[in-house]
Amino acid sequence: MTGTVTASAGTTAPAGAARERPRGLRSPRTRERALELAFLAPAALYLLLFFAYPVGKNVVMSFQEYTTRTFFTGEAPWVGLDNYAAVLGSSLFTQALLNTVLFTVGSILGQFVLGLAIAVFFQRRFPLSGLLRSLLLLPWLVPLIVTSAVWRWMLDQDNGVINRAIGALPLLDARPGWLTSTSLALLAVVVVNIWIGIPFNTTILYGGLQEIPEELYEAGSLDGATGWTAFRHITWPLLRPVVTVVLVLGVVYTLKVLDIILGLTGGGPANATQTLSTQSYELSFRQFDFGQGAALGNVLIVISLVFAVVYLRANRRAVDE
Amino acid sequence: MVRRGTSRRTLAAALALGVPLALAGCGGDEAGGGSGGDGGAVDSLRVLDYYNNEPDNTFYQDVIDACGEGAGITIERQSVPGGDLISTVLQQSSSRTLPDVLMLDNPDLQQIAESGALAPLGDFGLTADGYADGVVQASSYEGELYGLQPVTNTIALFYNETLLAEAGVAPPTTWDELESAAAALTTGDQYGLAFSAINTYEGTWQFLPFMWSNGGDESDIATPETAEALQLWVDLVQSGSASQSVVNWSQADVNDQFAAGNAAMQVNGHWQFPVLDDTEGLEYGVVQIPAPSAGETVVAPFGGETWTVPQTGDADRQAAAAELVECITSDENMTMLATQRGTVPTKPELVDDVVAETPAIEPFAQQLPDLRSRTGELGAEWPTAATAIYTAVQDALVNGTAPAEALAAAQSGS
Repeated sequence: MTGTVTASAGTTAPAGAARERPRGLRSPRTRERALELAFLAPAALYLLLFFAYPVGKNVVMSFQEYTTRTFFTGEAPWVGLDNYAAVLGSSLFTQALLNTVLFTVGSILGQFVLGLAIAVFFQRRFPLSGLLRSLLLLPWLVPLIVTSAVWRWMLDQDNGVINRAIGALPLLDARPGWLTSTSLALLAVVVVNIWIGIPFNTTILYGGLQEIPEELYEAGSLDGATGWTAFRHITWPLLRPVVTVVLVLGVVYTLKVLDIILGLTGGGPANATQTLSTQSYELSFRQFDFGQGAALGNVLIVISLVFAVVYLRANRRAVDE
Repeated sequence: MVRRGTSRRTLAAALALGVPLALAGCGGDEAGGGSGGDGGAVDSLRVLDYYNNEPDNTFYQDVIDACGEGAGITIERQSVPGGDLISTVLQQSSSRTLPDVLMLDNPDLQQIAESGALAPLGDFGLTADGYADGVVQASSYEGELYGLQPVTNTIALFYNETLLAEAGVAPPTTWDELESAAAALTTGDQYGLAFSAINTYEGTWQFLPFMWSNGGDESDIATPETAEALQLWVDLVQSGSASQSVVNWSQADVNDQFAAGNAAMQVNGHWQFPVLDDTEGLEYGVVQIPAPSAGETVVAPFGGETWTVPQTGDADRQAAAAELVECITSDENMTMLATQRGTVPTKPELVDDVVAETPAIEPFAQQLPDLRSRTGELGAEWPTAATAIYTAVQDALVNGTAPAEALAAAQSGS
């Protein structure tokens, strides 16, 4: 930062000052500045090309009637806020928004609680704990399309292993339609997403736990703080910065989940698992209404952005501390 | 030092210039392969289709190569996976790199024709004489013919011969018979019937023969006729004759259930023959989709791909491309493709020959004169109606909404 400031001060310096360094290009300051710009250029170019352009294009698109026709004619008439009105006014929007909230909150809650419990559990050393901990990463390593195909199979109402197991229990004659009933489908999708998310939460939280000095627990135990009390008064306060990061990143990752839902239910049955991201995909790539798809995508970006800002602020506070 | 500084700046400039150039390069290759751009003789043509799986890949490669050879033209054929075709076409139409001959799934033709990317085949003297009416409708947009479709497919009722014989049930021909047969065939873990009511166009496609045969129409689905058809599906699922899972099954899933013996009957198409023939111990037969009541005509939708000539802006190449399309859809090739692929030729006069060679195709071929195009009535608006139909079907099957209400809600919501 300081380098940039001095360099720009150099260029805007009065003519008198410039005469003292007559050969402009060769002066060390200018060269330093050029060097800085050269270092900045790749990153700036990358950001412009792969972030600013797509996002900008998406925003522009959401104000246009952008359909299959547009691709050939290049004509995309401006329609003002029509796309937003259509998307936000659709009866599906409220349901998709509610599903997105339930899906995100449910997933995060489950992932975090189970992830934290497992991380705390693995803080103790016991035989094979290292091996078990690496096995826990498995859900993270399996491709999502495979995950959803296998889970879809297991959750099948008639022949899935889960319902077969339930059927084998005595006194229970039920075959829950995990993916076929509106009341269970969202729950099933959330459960699968929790399973996928546990390794991420465990890994980060375990890392955070390792940072907490052992002496604190020793000192605490002298004062009688063990077990839950130790967790409540030592672990939790010291883990707080890591928790914020995990939660905020988790929310952003979960909001945009698309493949798992598409693989498990395709947003069905009867839109019971339709979220903003699946609905946006549906509009753009099944109905080819790219304008409306972009509008809904932007709504999703804004929601994610809110959490991204929370994350940045939390992060800055952590650094300041 | 100075030298190094300069060269670095040159590099940055080159990068800044190079990126847009490289991007333009992706889309700049207007005429594509071949050298026909300057009005000379056309010596090669680019063809795009989605037959990337065997054996279809080879069947079409042979037909297209033979046609090219006959005209003294080299063919550069590209096959993409089915799901990628439309996105490939959209990319190519925005970068003006459309192929000379383009294959499209028939319900997509009107949307692409609407964009102006296709040339009317009438300009090259091609007509659709002798084709089944529905097929011509699907390949036309605003009265002009844009594609020719050599073979078609549709859906019918498959039944497991062993299971039906055991239960002493005859293949059903009416809705009443379908319901009672399905009920009689439902025992233990085995369902009487399987069909696809998934929330995609596939679900709509399977519902259409029931809706259309009963007099329903896609322009307004909130009618008693369509509600009756939906009621049939609801009854089948609620009585337990068909699994609740139909709302999640694609047609491939339905076929798996049938092949595994989990369902005694299924609604499916003849492209499933290879899978079923490979299933050991499975004896199956095929009949038409049951009619609402005895003697009524069954109106089924048809699938299959149509061959078009995109607007590439080069008259010579387009004329050569039209000749290639004409050759692919010639009577001989039509018969050959139909026999090889187990599909129905789109000219009714050729049906008898094909059925004589592949008898299994008969229940499908019977429906040819009455086959109805999905886009014939609504054209480019079809996707909206198709979405409304599967939405209503799911609403009725999953939420238990009364069919009439579900259809009315979907009709107004779209």
